Amino acid sequence: MTEHGYNLRLYVAGQTPKSIAAVANLKKICEQHLPGRYEIEIIDLMKDPALAMRHQIVAIPTLIRQLPEPLKRIIGDLSNTDKVLVGLDIRPN
Amino acid sequence: MAVISVAGKTRAKGGALPSVGKSPTGIHGLDEVARGGLPQGRPTLLCGSAGCGKTLFGMTFLYNGAVQYDEPGVFIAFEEQPEDLIKNVGSLSYDIQKLIAEKKLAIDHVEIERSKIAESGEYDLEGLFIRLGFAIDQIGAKRVVVDTIEALFSGLENEQLLRSELRRLFEWLKAKGVTAVITGERGEGTLTRYGLEEYVADCVILLDNRVHDQLSTRRLRIVKYRGSAHGTNEYPFIIDEQGITVMPITSSGLTHEASTERLTSGIPDLDQMLEGKGYYKGSSILVSGMAGTGKSTVAAHFVDATCASGRRCIYFAMEESPSQIIRNMRSIGIDLRKWGDNKLLQFSARRPSLFGLETHLAAMYRDVTDFEPAAVVIDPMSALLGGGAAGDVHTMVLRLVDFLKNRGITALFTNLGVAAGENATTEIQISSLMDTWMLLNNRESDGEHNRQLYLLKSRGMAHSNQVREFVMSSGGITLRPAYVGPEGVLTGSARLAQEAKDRATALAREQDMERRSRELEQKRREITAQIEILRTQLAGEEAEVALLNREGIAREDQLAIDRVAMEKSRQAGARQDAPAPKPATKPKK
Repeated sequence: MTEHGYNLRLYVAGQTPKSIAAVANLKKICEQHLPGRYEIEIIDLMKDPALAMRHQIVAIPTLIRQLPEPLKRIIGDLSNTDKVLVGLDIRPN
Repeated sequence: MAVISVAGKTRAKGGALPSVGKSPTGIHGLDEVARGGLPQGRPTLLCGSAGCGKTLFGMTFLYNGAVQYDEPGVFIAFEEQPEDLIKNVGSLSYDIQKLIAEKKLAIDHVEIERSKIAESGEYDLEGLFIRLGFAIDQIGAKRVVVDTIEALFSGLENEQLLRSELRRLFEWLKAKGVTAVITGERGEGTLTRYGLEEYVADCVILLDNRVHDQLSTRRLRIVKYRGSAHGTNEYPFIIDEQGITVMPITSSGLTHEASTERLTSGIPDLDQMLEGKGYYKGSSILVSGMAGTGKSTVAAHFVDATCASGRRCIYFAMEESPSQIIRNMRSIGIDLRKWGDNKLLQFSARRPSLFGLETHLAAMYRDVTDFEPAAVVIDPMSALLGGGAAGDVHTMVLRLVDFLKNRGITALFTNLGVAAGENATTEIQISSLMDTWMLLNNRESDGEHNRQLYLLKSRGMAHSNQVREFVMSSGGITLRPAYVGPEGVLTGSARLAQEAKDRATALAREQDMERRSRELEQKRREITAQIEILRTQLAGEEAEVALLNREGIAREDQLAIDRVAMEKSRQAGARQDAPAPKPATKPKK
């Protein structure tokens, strides 16, 4: 993990089309814009529902940027790349 | 009434419908209005503007569920942090922390802030469902409160998606079989700002907080309740340190049993005026009069007598503090403190201006249902009447009277009248609801005020029609028959003076009589004496006459003898021409 590395968590609920799309979209964006600087953790709330409360998850899918600080949240299947890039502070608004 | 028509509709539709299961809220009065509680296993929409008590309602529903009905609950808070929630209801002595530790209650704060969330593509609210499902399953919750889900609308952009997700949420809650309360902010022209009533159709309750004359009154109304009869009116409710109390009173009930049992008024002389037995149990008594006519004293006697018979009593003091009442009543020999200590008497002192009339009545309702007294005193009723519009007053007093009558509680209201005639409107409005109406008067005469009492009416008994003078002393109240003399009704020292005058006149008359009879006796004696003298005189005269008579006879006899002797001597010379007379032997009487 480099100093400017991205630690991303994606919360999904089972293998729904939206979840699958989100995972695919996230991987694509990261490969394109953050090659070698990212780490993705996929959390299935179906398997660990207690985390939904602990991590304040309402919408599915939710992407949380754990690092770098501050915490950032993006909800949706991440199909709008521009919004994801802005939301993750990869590209200025 | 509307209540009946709803019931009629239900019957008409399907005969004996399987009644909707009810989940009692444990809120004073609400369960009565909702005929048992909220629809079990279904969502109920609770709407109202800010500050109406929605959150508190929700929390009370869960708290009572957990404590009273063994139904654990989940509180989903969109607006308040759990710590704040716990603190806010802590003022009501709800120990939420303990319930959470016992796994009877779970609070989940859902934080949604638009500025912190970016949206990209499609999503759903499955996360919320998972959280809710997890919380429910963990403690086996039967009740859920979602407060206020409309926060989602301001937190998320896609309104269309939200709507379909909300519909899904309510269906999901139903499928889960939990009794849910969903709160919603009042919208303009709609029940809720985002039209939640479209989704929650089983039961809708509206809370309202209106201000009239600077006094706010909270009201509750059940807008709809599918499959159940319910009260349709607006019911006042209060929120205080003892939680929420709804006053579930309608004016419909004229079905109360009329008791023939009698309760003493605590004043023997007054009982005497009431057929010698006192008030009817469960009746309403109005004691009206001007300031200082002794209304509270009459009330205190009744309280004292009720408590002395071992019955409970509530004294609603509107103008005096309990300690002041106790002190004042001690001066006429009534010790109310000991009844308070015995838990037979409860004082509920509230300033009339504290809140509106309806709120007062709701508070009274709560006190009465908690304490279950045999009698209540409201002193004075008139203090409350300023708290509402004239029409409201009548309705609310009617509700209160009905409520008390239905429970067989004897109620004594005092009413401060300005002067006879001037306060006619309120008195007439109220008096028709009363069974016994007692008037206390202050009559001014000869430089003093004296109290009078009379019974204007007393339903169902042959009460006295007398105006009695009302005398207070350290031994309590006595009612003296007012002096009705040639100069009208006299009271106080005028009566005393007149009585003294009467006594003097009577004494004089008595003395006069005595003197006259003495004179008569004297005369009789004199006359008797005279008669005696005359009789003696008469007797003397008679004796004399008799004596004379005897002398006369003797003389005649002598004469006869003499004559005989003379004739005898003459016979020698002359012829015998006359026989000799016989001597008289008896004197004439």
